[in-house]
Amino acid sequence: MSMPMYVSPEQLMKDKADFARKGIARGRAAIGCTFADGVLLCAENPSNTLRKVSEIYDRIGFVGVGRYNEFDSLRKGGVRHADLKGYAYSREDVDARSLANLYAETLGGYFTHEPKPLEIEMLVGEMGEEPDGDQLFHLLYDGTVMDMRTFAVIGGEAETIRARMEEAWSREADLTGSVAAAVAALAGPDRSLVADDLEVAVLARSNGRRAFRRVEGDELMGLLS
Amino acid sequence: MALPLFRPQDDPGPSFIGLLDQVGMGPAEAFVWADKRRADGLPIESPERQLAPHATTLVAVRHRDGVVMAGDRRATSGNLISHRTIEKVFPADRHSGVAISGTAGIAMEMVRLFQMQLEHYEKVEGKALSLDGKANQLSQMLRGHLPLAMQGLGVVPIFAGYDHRQEAGRLFQYDVTGGRYEERDHAATGSGMLHASTVVKLRYREEMSVDDAVDVVVEALFQAADEDSATGGPDPIRGIYPVVATITDEGFQRLGDDLVAERTATLLASLGASTAAGGASS
Repeated sequence: MSMPMYVSPEQLMKDKADFARKGIARGRAAIGCTFADGVLLCAENPSNTLRKVSEIYDRIGFVGVGRYNEFDSLRKGGVRHADLKGYAYSREDVDARSLANLYAETLGGYFTHEPKPLEIEMLVGEMGEEPDGDQLFHLLYDGTVMDMRTFAVIGGEAETIRARMEEAWSREADLTGSVAAAVAALAGPDRSLVADDLEVAVLARSNGRRAFRRVEGDELMGLLS
Repeated sequence: MALPLFRPQDDPGPSFIGLLDQVGMGPAEAFVWADKRRADGLPIESPERQLAPHATTLVAVRHRDGVVMAGDRRATSGNLISHRTIEKVFPADRHSGVAISGTAGIAMEMVRLFQMQLEHYEKVEGKALSLDGKANQLSQMLRGHLPLAMQGLGVVPIFAGYDHRQEAGRLFQYDVTGGRYEERDHAATGSGMLHASTVVKLRYREEMSVDDAVDVVVEALFQAADEDSATGGPDPIRGIYPVVATITDEGFQRLGDDLVAERTATLLASLGASTAAGGASS
Protein backbone atom coordinates (compact mmCIF):
# COMPACT_ATOMS: atom_id res chain seq x y z
CA MET A 1 0.00 0.00 0.00
CA SER A 2 1.40 3.34 -0.97
CA MET A 3 1.39 6.18 1.53
CA PRO A 4 0.27 9.65 0.35
CA MET A 5 3.27 11.92 0.28
CA TYR A 6 3.50 14.14 3.34
CA VAL A 7 3.44 17.88 2.66
CA SER A 8 3.67 20.20 5.64
CA PRO A 9 0.85 22.72 6.01
CA GLU A 10 3.37 25.56 5.76
CA GLN A 11 4.59 24.28 2.44
CA LEU A 12 1.07 23.69 1.17
CA MET A 13 -0.05 27.24 2.03
CA LYS A 14 3.10 28.70 0.59
CA ASP A 15 2.65 26.82 -2.67
CA LYS A 16 -0.96 27.91 -2.94
CA ALA A 17 -0.07 31.52 -2.20
CA ASP A 18 2.75 31.48 -4.76
CA PHE A 19 0.39 30.03 -7.31
CA ALA A 20 -2.28 32.68 -6.68
CA ARG A 21 0.24 35.54 -6.63
CA LYS A 22 1.72 34.42 -9.95
CA GLY A 23 -1.72 34.37 -11.56
CA ILE A 24 -2.55 37.82 -10.25
CA ALA A 25 0.82 39.32 -11.21
CA ARG A 26 0.26 38.39 -14.84
CA GLY A 27 -2.73 40.76 -15.12
CA ARG A 28 -2.79 44.52 -15.40
CA ALA A 29 -3.25 46.63 -12.30
CA ALA A 30 -6.08 48.74 -10.94
CA ILE A 31 -6.28 51.56 -8.42
CA GLY A 32 -9.01 52.72 -6.09
CA CYS A 33 -8.64 56.02 -4.27
CA THR A 34 -10.70 58.53 -2.35
CA PHE A 35 -10.95 62.09 -3.67
CA ALA A 36 -12.82 65.28 -2.83
CA ASP A 37 -16.20 64.14 -4.20
CA GLY A 38 -16.10 60.43 -3.30
CA VAL A 39 -14.25 57.36 -4.58
CA LEU A 40 -12.43 56.85 -7.88
CA LEU A 41 -11.99 53.39 -9.38
CA CYS A 42 -9.53 53.14 -12.24
CA ALA A 43 -8.29 50.02 -14.01
CA GLU A 44 -6.00 49.40 -16.93
CA ASN A 45 -8.29 47.41 -19.20
CA PRO A 46 -8.03 47.45 -22.98
CA SER A 47 -11.28 45.50 -23.32
CA ASN A 48 -14.39 47.55 -23.80
CA THR A 49 -16.84 44.82 -22.90
CA LEU A 50 -15.24 42.61 -20.26
CA ARG A 51 -15.46 44.90 -17.27
CA LYS A 52 -13.19 45.03 -14.25
CA VAL A 53 -14.98 47.98 -12.61
CA SER A 54 -18.67 47.65 -11.72
CA GLU A 55 -21.55 49.01 -9.72
CA ILE A 56 -22.65 46.92 -6.75
CA TYR A 57 -25.16 49.17 -5.02
CA ASP A 58 -26.12 52.81 -4.49
CA ARG A 59 -22.83 53.80 -2.88
CA ILE A 60 -20.70 50.72 -3.46
CA GLY A 61 -18.38 49.96 -6.36
CA PHE A 62 -16.16 47.00 -7.24
CA VAL A 63 -12.85 46.39 -9.02
CA GLY A 64 -11.38 42.97 -9.67
CA VAL A 65 -8.13 41.81 -11.24
CA GLY A 66 -6.82 38.38 -12.06
CA ARG A 67 -8.93 35.62 -13.58
CA TYR A 68 -11.99 37.23 -15.16
CA ASN A 69 -14.46 34.38 -14.60
CA GLU A 70 -13.52 34.14 -10.92
CA PHE A 71 -13.85 37.80 -9.99
CA ASP A 72 -16.91 38.24 -12.18
CA SER A 73 -18.77 35.50 -10.37
CA LEU A 74 -17.90 37.14 -7.05
CA ARG A 75 -19.02 40.49 -8.49
CA LYS A 76 -22.40 38.99 -9.36
CA GLY A 77 -22.59 37.42 -5.91
CA GLY A 78 -21.98 40.88 -4.45
CA VAL A 79 -24.72 42.49 -6.53
CA ARG A 80 -27.11 39.72 -5.52
CA HIS A 81 -26.22 39.97 -1.84
CA ALA A 82 -26.65 43.76 -1.85
CA ASP A 83 -29.93 43.74 -3.78
CA LEU A 84 -31.42 41.01 -1.59
CA LYS A 85 -30.40 42.80 1.57
CA GLY A 86 -31.76 46.15 0.38
CA TYR A 87 -35.02 44.49 -0.66
CA ALA A 88 -35.45 42.58 2.59
CA TYR A 89 -34.48 45.45 4.89
CA SER A 90 -33.85 48.95 3.57
CA ARG A 91 -31.48 50.52 1.06
CA GLU A 92 -29.52 52.26 3.79
CA ASP A 93 -28.78 48.95 5.51
CA VAL A 94 -26.56 47.81 2.65
CA ASP A 95 -22.92 48.55 3.44
CA ALA A 96 -19.52 47.69 2.07
CA ARG A 97 -18.18 46.34 5.34
CA SER A 98 -20.49 43.35 5.47
CA LEU A 99 -19.95 42.69 1.77
CA ALA A 100 -16.17 42.81 2.25
CA ASN A 101 -16.51 40.32 5.10
CA LEU A 102 -18.50 37.95 2.91
CA TYR A 103 -15.92 38.26 0.17
CA ALA A 104 -13.13 37.58 2.67
CA GLU A 105 -14.96 34.52 3.93
CA THR A 106 -15.45 33.20 0.40
CA LEU A 107 -11.85 33.84 -0.67
CA GLY A 108 -10.56 32.31 2.56
CA GLY A 109 -12.77 29.27 2.06
CA TYR A 110 -11.42 28.67 -1.42
CA PHE A 111 -7.84 29.20 -0.29
CA THR A 112 -8.07 26.71 2.57
CA HIS A 113 -10.41 24.04 1.27
CA GLU A 114 -10.20 23.95 -2.51
CA PRO A 115 -7.32 22.44 -4.46
CA LYS A 116 -6.93 25.64 -6.45
CA PRO A 117 -7.14 29.04 -4.73
CA LEU A 118 -8.85 31.93 -6.54
CA GLU A 119 -6.32 33.91 -8.56
CA ILE A 120 -7.92 37.26 -7.92
CA GLU A 121 -7.59 40.45 -5.94
CA MET A 122 -10.47 42.84 -5.41
CA LEU A 123 -11.36 46.28 -4.14
CA VAL A 124 -14.72 47.24 -2.71
CA GLY A 125 -15.15 51.02 -2.55
CA GLU A 126 -17.81 52.81 -0.57
CA MET A 127 -18.75 56.46 -0.74
CA GLY A 128 -19.89 57.94 2.56
CA GLU A 129 -22.48 60.65 3.01
CA GLU A 130 -19.61 62.84 4.24
CA PRO A 131 -16.03 62.64 2.94
CA ASP A 132 -15.06 61.06 6.28
CA GLY A 133 -17.12 58.02 5.40
CA ASP A 134 -15.30 57.21 2.14
CA GLN A 135 -13.43 53.94 2.32
CA LEU A 136 -11.89 51.09 0.39
CA PHE A 137 -11.61 47.42 1.28
CA HIS A 138 -8.69 45.58 -0.27
CA LEU A 139 -9.21 41.81 -0.52
CA LEU A 140 -6.44 39.32 -1.19
CA TYR A 141 -6.64 35.83 -2.71
CA ASP A 142 -6.36 34.20 0.74
CA GLY A 143 -9.18 36.16 2.36
CA THR A 144 -7.05 38.85 3.94
CA VAL A 145 -9.02 42.07 4.13
CA MET A 146 -7.59 45.53 4.71
CA ASP A 147 -9.49 48.79 4.97
CA MET A 148 -8.04 52.01 3.61
CA ARG A 149 -9.10 55.61 3.59
CA THR A 150 -6.51 56.71 1.07
CA PHE A 151 -5.86 54.46 -1.91
CA ALA A 152 -5.19 50.83 -2.78
CA VAL A 153 -3.46 49.15 -5.71
CA ILE A 154 -4.22 45.64 -6.92
CA GLY A 155 -2.82 43.43 -9.69
CA GLY A 156 0.54 43.16 -11.41
CA GLU A 157 3.44 45.34 -10.24
CA ALA A 158 1.33 46.64 -7.40
CA GLU A 159 4.35 47.59 -5.29
CA THR A 160 5.92 49.95 -7.85
CA ILE A 161 2.56 51.47 -8.68
CA ARG A 162 1.83 51.96 -4.98
CA ALA A 163 5.07 53.87 -4.57
CA ARG A 164 4.23 56.14 -7.50
CA MET A 165 0.68 56.67 -6.22
CA GLU A 166 2.03 57.60 -2.79
CA GLU A 167 3.70 60.60 -4.42
CA ALA A 168 0.78 61.67 -6.58
CA TRP A 169 -2.34 61.08 -4.49
CA SER A 170 -4.11 63.84 -2.62
CA ARG A 171 -7.34 63.63 -0.63
CA GLU A 172 -8.43 67.08 -1.75
CA ALA A 173 -7.89 66.49 -5.48
CA ASP A 174 -10.87 66.94 -7.80
CA LEU A 175 -11.86 64.37 -10.44
CA THR A 176 -9.36 65.64 -13.02
CA GLY A 177 -6.53 65.63 -10.48
CA SER A 178 -7.21 62.18 -9.11
CA VAL A 179 -7.69 60.60 -12.55
CA ALA A 180 -4.38 62.16 -13.62
CA ALA A 181 -2.66 60.79 -10.51
CA ALA A 182 -4.09 57.29 -10.90
CA VAL A 183 -3.37 57.07 -14.62
CA ALA A 184 0.19 58.34 -14.20
CA ALA A 185 0.80 55.81 -11.43
CA LEU A 186 -0.59 52.95 -13.54
CA ALA A 187 1.41 53.97 -16.62
CA GLY A 188 4.76 54.69 -14.99
CA PRO A 189 7.47 56.89 -16.47
CA ASP A 190 8.00 54.92 -19.71
CA ARG A 191 4.44 54.50 -20.96
CA SER A 192 1.43 56.66 -21.52
CA LEU A 193 -2.12 55.34 -21.31
CA VAL A 194 -4.95 56.64 -23.47
CA ALA A 195 -8.71 56.50 -22.86
CA ASP A 196 -9.05 53.19 -24.75
CA ASP A 197 -6.63 51.47 -22.35
CA LEU A 198 -8.58 52.47 -19.28
CA GLU A 199 -11.77 51.75 -17.42
CA VAL A 200 -12.72 54.53 -15.03
CA ALA A 201 -15.72 55.04 -12.77
CA VAL A 202 -16.58 57.21 -9.80
CA LEU A 203 -18.84 56.98 -6.79
CA ALA A 204 -19.58 60.66 -6.40
CA ARG A 205 -21.71 62.51 -3.88
CA SER A 206 -23.04 64.69 -6.70
CA ASN A 207 -24.63 61.74 -8.55
CA GLY A 208 -27.79 61.21 -6.49
CA ARG A 209 -29.01 57.87 -5.15
CA ARG A 210 -27.06 55.62 -7.51
CA ALA A 211 -23.68 57.26 -7.05
CA PHE A 212 -21.82 55.00 -9.49
CA ARG A 213 -21.05 56.56 -12.84
CA ARG A 214 -18.71 55.45 -15.59
CA VAL A 215 -16.31 58.07 -16.90
CA GLU A 216 -15.78 57.13 -20.53
CA GLY A 217 -15.53 58.32 -24.12
CA ASP A 218 -15.11 62.04 -24.68
CA GLU A 219 -15.33 62.85 -20.99
CA LEU A 220 -12.39 60.58 -20.18
CA MET A 221 -10.37 61.87 -23.11
CA GLY A 222 -11.04 65.40 -21.88
CA LEU A 223 -9.82 64.50 -18.38
CA LEU A 224 -6.64 62.92 -19.73
CA SER A 225 -5.67 65.72 -22.11
CA MET B 1 -26.50 35.63 4.97
CA ALA B 2 -23.85 33.91 2.89
CA LEU B 3 -22.70 35.26 -0.43
CA PRO B 4 -25.31 34.08 -2.95
CA LEU B 5 -23.19 32.05 -5.37
CA PHE B 6 -24.84 29.48 -7.61
CA ARG B 7 -23.81 26.49 -9.64
CA PRO B 8 -24.34 27.14 -13.34
CA GLN B 9 -27.50 25.02 -13.48
CA ASP B 10 -29.13 26.97 -10.59
CA ASP B 11 -28.02 30.42 -11.64
CA PRO B 12 -30.98 32.82 -11.76
CA GLY B 13 -29.20 35.00 -14.33
CA PRO B 14 -30.08 38.70 -14.30
CA SER B 15 -33.61 38.18 -12.91
CA PHE B 16 -34.19 39.51 -9.41
CA ILE B 17 -37.47 37.61 -9.12
CA GLY B 18 -35.62 34.45 -10.14
CA LEU B 19 -33.07 35.20 -7.42
CA LEU B 20 -35.76 35.67 -4.75
CA ASP B 21 -37.22 32.37 -5.88
CA GLN B 22 -33.84 30.65 -5.71
CA VAL B 23 -33.07 31.86 -2.16
CA GLY B 24 -36.63 31.19 -0.97
CA MET B 25 -37.71 34.73 -0.16
CA GLY B 26 -41.50 34.83 -0.36
CA PRO B 27 -42.94 38.23 -1.25
CA ALA B 28 -42.41 37.73 -4.95
CA GLU B 29 -44.81 34.83 -4.81
CA ALA B 30 -47.76 37.12 -5.49
CA PHE B 31 -46.31 38.07 -8.87
CA VAL B 32 -44.88 34.83 -10.19
CA TRP B 33 -45.85 31.20 -9.83
CA ALA B 34 -49.44 32.06 -10.69
CA ASP B 35 -50.06 28.62 -12.01
CA LYS B 36 -49.04 26.95 -8.77
CA ARG B 37 -52.13 28.36 -7.12
CA ARG B 38 -55.75 28.22 -8.14
CA ALA B 39 -58.10 31.08 -8.73
CA ASP B 40 -61.27 29.28 -7.69
CA GLY B 41 -61.63 30.82 -4.22
CA LEU B 42 -64.45 33.15 -3.29
CA PRO B 43 -63.75 36.80 -3.95
CA ILE B 44 -61.85 37.95 -0.90
CA GLU B 45 -62.72 41.47 -1.77
CA SER B 46 -65.78 43.03 -3.37
CA PRO B 47 -67.07 46.59 -3.83
CA GLU B 48 -69.14 46.20 -0.66
CA ARG B 49 -66.37 44.75 1.41
CA GLN B 50 -62.98 46.35 0.85
CA LEU B 51 -60.00 45.08 2.77
CA ALA B 52 -57.33 47.38 1.49
CA PRO B 53 -57.11 50.95 0.17
CA HIS B 54 -57.46 51.50 -3.56
CA ALA B 55 -55.40 53.94 -5.52
CA THR B 56 -57.19 55.70 -8.33
CA THR B 57 -56.72 57.98 -11.32
CA LEU B 58 -53.56 58.14 -13.43
CA VAL B 59 -52.85 59.71 -16.80
CA ALA B 60 -49.87 59.78 -19.14
CA VAL B 61 -49.48 61.98 -22.21
CA ARG B 62 -46.83 61.94 -24.89
CA HIS B 63 -45.15 65.19 -25.89
CA ARG B 64 -42.39 66.07 -28.30
CA ASP B 65 -39.56 65.38 -25.84
CA GLY B 66 -40.98 62.34 -24.09
CA VAL B 67 -43.88 61.60 -21.75
CA VAL B 68 -45.63 63.27 -18.81
CA MET B 69 -47.22 61.06 -16.13
CA ALA B 70 -49.51 62.20 -13.37
CA GLY B 71 -51.64 60.78 -10.59
CA ASP B 72 -53.97 62.16 -7.93
CA ARG B 73 -53.17 61.65 -4.25
CA ARG B 74 -56.24 59.87 -2.91
CA ALA B 75 -56.69 56.27 -1.77
CA THR B 76 -60.14 55.03 -0.82
CA SER B 77 -61.60 52.11 1.13
CA GLY B 78 -65.17 51.76 -0.08
CA ASN B 79 -66.75 55.17 0.43
CA LEU B 80 -64.10 56.34 2.88
CA ILE B 81 -60.95 58.26 2.06
CA SER B 82 -58.10 56.27 3.55
CA HIS B 83 -55.12 58.40 2.48
CA ARG B 84 -54.88 61.92 1.14
CA THR B 85 -51.23 62.03 0.16
CA ILE B 86 -50.52 58.64 -1.33
CA GLU B 87 -48.11 58.52 -4.27
CA LYS B 88 -48.92 56.51 -7.37
CA VAL B 89 -46.31 57.69 -9.86
CA PHE B 90 -42.83 56.23 -9.41
CA PRO B 91 -39.58 56.13 -11.32
CA ALA B 92 -39.04 52.59 -12.66
CA ASP B 93 -35.42 53.41 -13.49
CA ARG B 94 -33.55 56.44 -14.82
CA HIS B 95 -35.52 56.68 -18.06
CA SER B 96 -38.90 55.20 -17.30
CA GLY B 97 -41.75 55.54 -14.86
CA VAL B 98 -44.67 53.47 -13.65
CA ALA B 99 -48.03 54.66 -12.33
CA ILE B 100 -50.38 52.33 -10.49
CA SER B 101 -54.08 52.07 -9.78
CA GLY B 102 -55.81 49.30 -7.86
CA THR B 103 -55.10 47.71 -4.47
CA ALA B 104 -52.52 50.09 -3.06
CA GLY B 105 -50.43 47.74 -0.93
CA ILE B 106 -49.99 45.15 -3.65
CA ALA B 107 -49.43 47.81 -6.31
CA MET B 108 -46.64 49.39 -4.28
CA GLU B 109 -44.98 46.06 -3.65
CA MET B 110 -45.23 45.35 -7.36
CA VAL B 111 -43.55 48.66 -8.13
CA ARG B 112 -40.76 47.97 -5.64
CA LEU B 113 -40.14 44.57 -7.17
CA PHE B 114 -40.32 45.97 -10.69
CA GLN B 115 -37.75 48.66 -9.83
CA MET B 116 -35.44 46.04 -8.35
CA GLN B 117 -35.92 43.80 -11.36
CA LEU B 118 -34.78 46.57 -13.73
CA GLU B 119 -31.88 47.73 -11.58
CA HIS B 120 -30.69 44.18 -10.88
CA TYR B 121 -30.71 43.29 -14.57
CA GLU B 122 -28.74 46.42 -15.38
CA LYS B 123 -26.09 45.71 -12.76
CA VAL B 124 -25.68 42.00 -13.43
CA GLU B 125 -25.65 42.36 -17.22
CA GLY B 126 -23.82 45.69 -17.26
CA LYS B 127 -26.45 47.06 -19.63
CA ALA B 128 -30.03 48.30 -19.12
CA LEU B 129 -32.99 46.41 -20.57
CA SER B 130 -34.62 47.81 -23.71
CA LEU B 131 -37.86 49.71 -23.17
CA ASP B 132 -39.83 46.84 -24.68
CA GLY B 133 -38.02 44.44 -22.35
CA LYS B 134 -39.03 46.52 -19.34
CA ALA B 135 -42.66 46.72 -20.51
CA ASN B 136 -42.68 42.96 -21.01
CA GLN B 137 -41.34 42.36 -17.48
CA LEU B 138 -44.25 44.30 -16.02
CA SER B 139 -46.64 42.28 -18.17
CA GLN B 140 -45.30 39.05 -16.76
CA MET B 141 -45.62 40.29 -13.18
CA LEU B 142 -49.26 41.21 -13.80
CA ARG B 143 -49.92 37.85 -15.42
CA GLY B 144 -48.51 36.15 -12.34
CA HIS B 145 -50.74 38.25 -10.14
CA LEU B 146 -53.93 37.24 -11.98
CA PRO B 147 -55.29 34.81 -9.31
CA LEU B 148 -55.32 37.59 -6.69
CA ALA B 149 -56.75 40.02 -9.23
CA MET B 150 -59.60 37.56 -9.78
CA GLN B 151 -60.31 37.73 -6.06
CA GLY B 152 -60.64 41.48 -6.21
CA LEU B 153 -57.11 42.62 -5.41
CA GLY B 154 -56.31 43.82 -8.92
CA VAL B 155 -53.58 46.21 -10.02
CA VAL B 156 -53.58 48.12 -13.31
CA PRO B 157 -50.48 50.15 -14.11
CA ILE B 158 -49.33 52.48 -16.87
CA PHE B 159 -45.72 52.23 -17.93
CA ALA B 160 -43.94 55.00 -19.83
CA GLY B 161 -40.39 55.71 -20.76
CA TYR B 162 -37.96 57.37 -23.09
CA ASP B 163 -36.76 55.00 -25.80
CA HIS B 164 -33.20 55.86 -26.78
CA ARG B 165 -33.39 53.73 -29.91
CA GLN B 166 -36.46 55.45 -31.28
CA GLU B 167 -35.54 58.78 -29.66
CA ALA B 168 -39.09 59.26 -28.46
CA GLY B 169 -41.31 58.81 -25.44
CA ARG B 170 -43.48 55.68 -25.44
CA LEU B 171 -46.32 54.57 -23.22
CA PHE B 172 -48.00 51.28 -22.41
CA GLN B 173 -51.36 50.50 -20.94
CA TYR B 174 -52.12 47.17 -19.21
CA ASP B 175 -55.01 45.08 -18.03
CA VAL B 176 -55.18 42.73 -15.01
CA THR B 177 -54.30 39.70 -17.12
CA GLY B 178 -50.97 41.21 -18.12
CA GLY B 179 -52.23 42.36 -21.52
CA ARG B 180 -49.93 45.08 -22.79
CA TYR B 181 -51.14 47.75 -25.22
CA GLU B 182 -48.83 50.40 -26.53
CA GLU B 183 -50.63 53.73 -26.88
CA ARG B 184 -49.55 56.36 -29.35
CA ASP B 185 -50.62 59.56 -27.63
CA HIS B 186 -52.06 59.10 -24.18
CA ALA B 187 -53.21 56.57 -21.61
CA ALA B 188 -55.28 56.59 -18.42
CA THR B 189 -56.22 54.09 -15.73
CA GLY B 190 -58.16 53.98 -12.46
CA SER B 191 -61.67 54.93 -11.42
CA GLY B 192 -61.53 58.43 -12.90
CA MET B 193 -60.01 57.31 -16.17
CA LEU B 194 -63.08 58.02 -18.31
CA HIS B 195 -63.30 61.66 -17.31
CA ALA B 196 -59.55 62.13 -17.40
CA SER B 197 -59.26 60.58 -20.87
CA THR B 198 -61.99 62.78 -22.24
CA VAL B 199 -60.11 65.90 -21.19
CA VAL B 200 -56.83 64.58 -22.55
CA LYS B 201 -58.49 63.60 -25.83
CA LEU B 202 -59.92 67.08 -26.33
CA ARG B 203 -56.78 68.95 -25.30
CA TYR B 204 -54.18 66.70 -26.92
CA ARG B 205 -52.12 68.11 -29.80
CA GLU B 206 -49.40 66.36 -31.79
CA GLU B 207 -45.89 67.51 -30.86
CA MET B 208 -46.99 69.32 -27.72
CA SER B 209 -44.35 70.94 -25.54
CA VAL B 210 -43.67 69.54 -22.07
CA ASP B 211 -45.34 72.55 -20.46
CA ASP B 212 -48.51 72.08 -22.48
CA ALA B 213 -48.59 68.39 -21.63
CA VAL B 214 -48.27 69.22 -17.92
CA ASP B 215 -51.24 71.60 -18.24
CA VAL B 216 -53.26 68.87 -19.93
CA VAL B 217 -52.65 66.28 -17.19
CA VAL B 218 -53.34 68.79 -14.41
CA GLU B 219 -56.66 69.66 -16.01
CA ALA B 220 -57.51 66.01 -16.68
CA LEU B 221 -57.01 65.11 -13.02
CA PHE B 222 -58.94 68.16 -11.89
CA GLN B 223 -61.92 67.21 -14.04
CA ALA B 224 -61.72 63.56 -12.99
CA ALA B 225 -61.78 64.62 -9.32
CA ASP B 226 -64.77 66.83 -10.09
CA GLU B 227 -66.81 63.84 -11.31
CA ASP B 228 -65.35 60.82 -9.47
CA SER B 229 -65.48 60.61 -5.68
CA ALA B 230 -62.51 58.25 -5.53
CA THR B 231 -60.20 60.78 -7.22
CA GLY B 232 -58.69 63.50 -5.08
CA GLY B 233 -58.59 67.06 -6.41
CA PRO B 234 -55.98 69.70 -5.60
CA ASP B 235 -56.16 70.74 -1.94
CA PRO B 236 -54.62 74.21 -1.47
CA ILE B 237 -55.51 74.29 2.24
CA ARG B 238 -53.34 71.26 3.03
CA GLY B 239 -50.97 71.97 0.14
CA ILE B 240 -51.70 68.65 -1.59
CA TYR B 241 -51.33 68.53 -5.36
CA PRO B 242 -51.15 65.72 -7.92
CA VAL B 243 -47.80 64.05 -8.53
CA VAL B 244 -46.58 65.07 -11.99
CA ALA B 245 -43.40 63.65 -13.52
CA THR B 246 -41.71 64.21 -16.86
CA ILE B 247 -39.65 61.59 -18.65
CA THR B 248 -37.29 62.84 -21.34
CA ASP B 249 -33.86 62.09 -22.75
CA GLU B 250 -32.50 63.47 -19.46
CA GLY B 251 -34.45 60.97 -17.40
CA PHE B 252 -37.36 60.77 -14.97
CA GLN B 253 -38.01 63.93 -13.05
CA ARG B 254 -40.77 64.64 -10.58
CA LEU B 255 -42.02 68.22 -10.71
CA GLY B 256 -41.99 70.21 -7.48
CA ASP B 257 -45.27 70.75 -5.63
CA ASP B 258 -44.87 74.52 -5.98
CA LEU B 259 -44.78 74.21 -9.75
CA VAL B 260 -47.86 71.98 -9.85
CA ALA B 261 -49.58 74.41 -7.43
CA GLU B 262 -48.82 77.25 -9.83
CA ARG B 263 -50.24 75.32 -12.83
CA THR B 264 -53.32 74.44 -10.80
CA ALA B 265 -53.84 78.09 -9.86
CA THR B 266 -53.59 79.10 -13.54
CA LEU B 267 -56.08 76.39 -14.47
CA LEU B 268 -58.53 77.44 -11.73
CA ALA B 269 -58.24 81.08 -12.79
CA SER B 270 -59.03 80.23 -16.41
CA LEU B 271 -61.95 77.98 -15.40
CA GLY B 272 -63.24 80.76 -13.13
CA ALA B 273 -62.95 83.30 -15.94
CA SER B 274 -64.82 81.09 -18.41
CA THR B 275 -67.57 80.39 -15.86
CA ALA B 276 -67.92 84.13 -15.20
CA ALA B 277 -67.95 84.88 -18.93
CA GLY B 278 -70.56 82.13 -19.50
CA GLY B 279 -72.69 83.57 -16.69
CA ALA B 280 -72.56 87.07 -18.13
CA SER B 281 -73.57 86.10 -21.65
CA SER B 282 -76.57 84.02 -20.65
